Amino acid sequence: MKSLGIFRRSFAPWADPNAKPFISFRNVTKRFGDFTAVDNLSLDIFTREFFALLGGSGCGKSTLLRMLAGFEQPTSGEITLDGQSLAGIPPYRRPVNMMFQSYALFPHMTVEKNIAFGLKQDGMPKTEIAERVAQMLKLVKLESFAGRKPHQLSGGQRQRVALARSLAKRPKVLLLDEPLGALDKKLREETQFELMDLQYELGLTFVVVTHDQEEAMTMSDRIAVMSQGRVIQVATPAEIYEAPNSRFVAEFIGDVNMMEGRVALENGHSVLKTEDGVSVPLPEPLAEGREVALAVRPEKLKVSRAAPPEGANLYAVRGEIWDIAYFGDMTVFHVKLPSGKIVKASSLNATRGVEDPFGYDEQIWVSFEPQAGVVLKG
Amino acid sequence: MVRWSRFNIASIVFGFAFLYLPIVLLVIYSFNESRLVTVWTGFSTKWYGTLLTNQALLDAAWVTLRVGLLSASASTVLGTLAALSLSRYPDFRGRVLFSGMIYAPLVMPEVITGLSMLLLFVAIGIDRGFWTVTLAHTTFTMCFVAVVVQSRLQSFDRSIEEAAMDLGATPVATFFQVTLPIILPAVLSGWVLAFTLSLDDLVIASFTSGPGATTLPMRIYSQVRLGVTPEINAICTILIGVVACGTLIAALATRRRELQRQKDERAAFAESMVRTVDPPPAAAGG
Repeated sequence: MKSLGIFRRSFAPWADPNAKPFISFRNVTKRFGDFTAVDNLSLDIFTREFFALLGGSGCGKSTLLRMLAGFEQPTSGEITLDGQSLAGIPPYRRPVNMMFQSYALFPHMTVEKNIAFGLKQDGMPKTEIAERVAQMLKLVKLESFAGRKPHQLSGGQRQRVALARSLAKRPKVLLLDEPLGALDKKLREETQFELMDLQYELGLTFVVVTHDQEEAMTMSDRIAVMSQGRVIQVATPAEIYEAPNSRFVAEFIGDVNMMEGRVALENGHSVLKTEDGVSVPLPEPLAEGREVALAVRPEKLKVSRAAPPEGANLYAVRGEIWDIAYFGDMTVFHVKLPSGKIVKASSLNATRGVEDPFGYDEQIWVSFEPQAGVVLKG
Repeated sequence: MVRWSRFNIASIVFGFAFLYLPIVLLVIYSFNESRLVTVWTGFSTKWYGTLLTNQALLDAAWVTLRVGLLSASASTVLGTLAALSLSRYPDFRGRVLFSGMIYAPLVMPEVITGLSMLLLFVAIGIDRGFWTVTLAHTTFTMCFVAVVVQSRLQSFDRSIEEAAMDLGATPVATFFQVTLPIILPAVLSGWVLAFTLSLDDLVIASFTSGPGATTLPMRIYSQVRLGVTPEINAICTILIGVVACGTLIAALATRRRELQRQKDERAAFAESMVRTVDPPPAAAGG
């Protein structure tokens, strides 16, 4: 697939056919009794990548992370790390560390002791431990809290201690299970960027599990969208958003208008005819009469009073403004098309006011560029 | 706020009298000068003095103490292990049967426990004495420890142990450095419970002890059969004092820890509120 130009990425090992994956899942299946949590899944993660496993609850993302940490064993298939199989290696001998959703701090130890715990297990000399702990405390800006116990800390501080503790051993891979789930919105946004900076500076591989699509979009290099134990799509945030490979992904990430239609033949070419009479050429020939959908994001739809001029190379449909949602930064118009379908068109409020604003029940035109939509077969 | 009605006061007074009147009487009569237990002739502490010269009673007390310490320690280890396996492996085969069997001694009549122990010891030909009492006490107090520790383990966050293992601690290291310190209060109160149960057990001890291993309750009981003496009242008062002090200290320690925790949490919360309103430059610079 051609890469989409949203912003330039200099780091893209997944696009390099010669790059060797750092973490590799090969046909991994995990069953709990009758329930299949992970279903014949294969996935490659590269060194220094910030990789997100995104999906609803029960999609298998946490199981995948726990198999990587060693708390669960795959029923079948293989997981390799740096070329070596992890089969049979217990959690305490794996070069990965995990930050738990509940933070799982040791309640009977001070912040300092919590961070030093892993180093002590390795038999590191005391002076080195003290040095490393001080370094970690500085990294997460908790120098003055070294002597406190976890219950004497606020939620945000606990999160930092958990992070420092999991980074103290300088693991090859850091696994993060819903790392920001317990923080309030503002702190979460701040912490997202801190995590990204930290990952970049330390040159680590991060694998993060989240159900929050915004979090995954902001932080990660690539996202694996999961559902029912399978990976539906693995791609950069921009590709996931602009070129979803399925209805599931298109609907899971952000808002989308699904214009249903059927495949028809026009001048010897396959086209998609939507319910509202728009014909969109298909990139590949498909069987006539097959039901497909055109997915168009709301911001790609343009609302106007006048019909687009002839030869403007735009698809246009007449509609009626049904609802208006004002969000401050943008306004979303819910437009009812002749078929009865309601589509959303969002427009950025780049100026402080509009001279002649749209009103309810107004007849308007909805138009979009030929490349604005993605044809989805499944 | 509930008002103190006459009915409330009356029921409290009656309830406490019902519970404590016999004990109060016993304590009062332990300071009676007269040899006759039921006739008050004057205040005296002489019976506490004669106690110290009653070698049989002192020996019995020493036996009881040793049996209590040993059996409580052994049953704490066994009970904790049982609680761990019951709460950690919830799906193993026969779990329901196993947990039912752990709890059965709680409701089993002591006579039956004692008798079955006696039969066992006779059958395998062990001479009854100090060790058989200790063994028997270990067996019957173990389930109490298991219950106490298991209830603590139910609220235990398993991810704490996973975190320890994730950081390189072997299962054994995880148990001693993380699990045990966290559940230690429950283990200790299990020990105290086992010790107290062993201390005042008469029935099982009578069945399983032999010559030379008479426990204090057995000695008191056999003396009472010949008539209650003020000496007995005195030693009972001492026992009550010891148990009451132990309970009080344990309760105070728990309460203090709880208060400290609440105070700390309030402080942390207040601090986080201040930080939200006015973030220090260090946090903003991230």
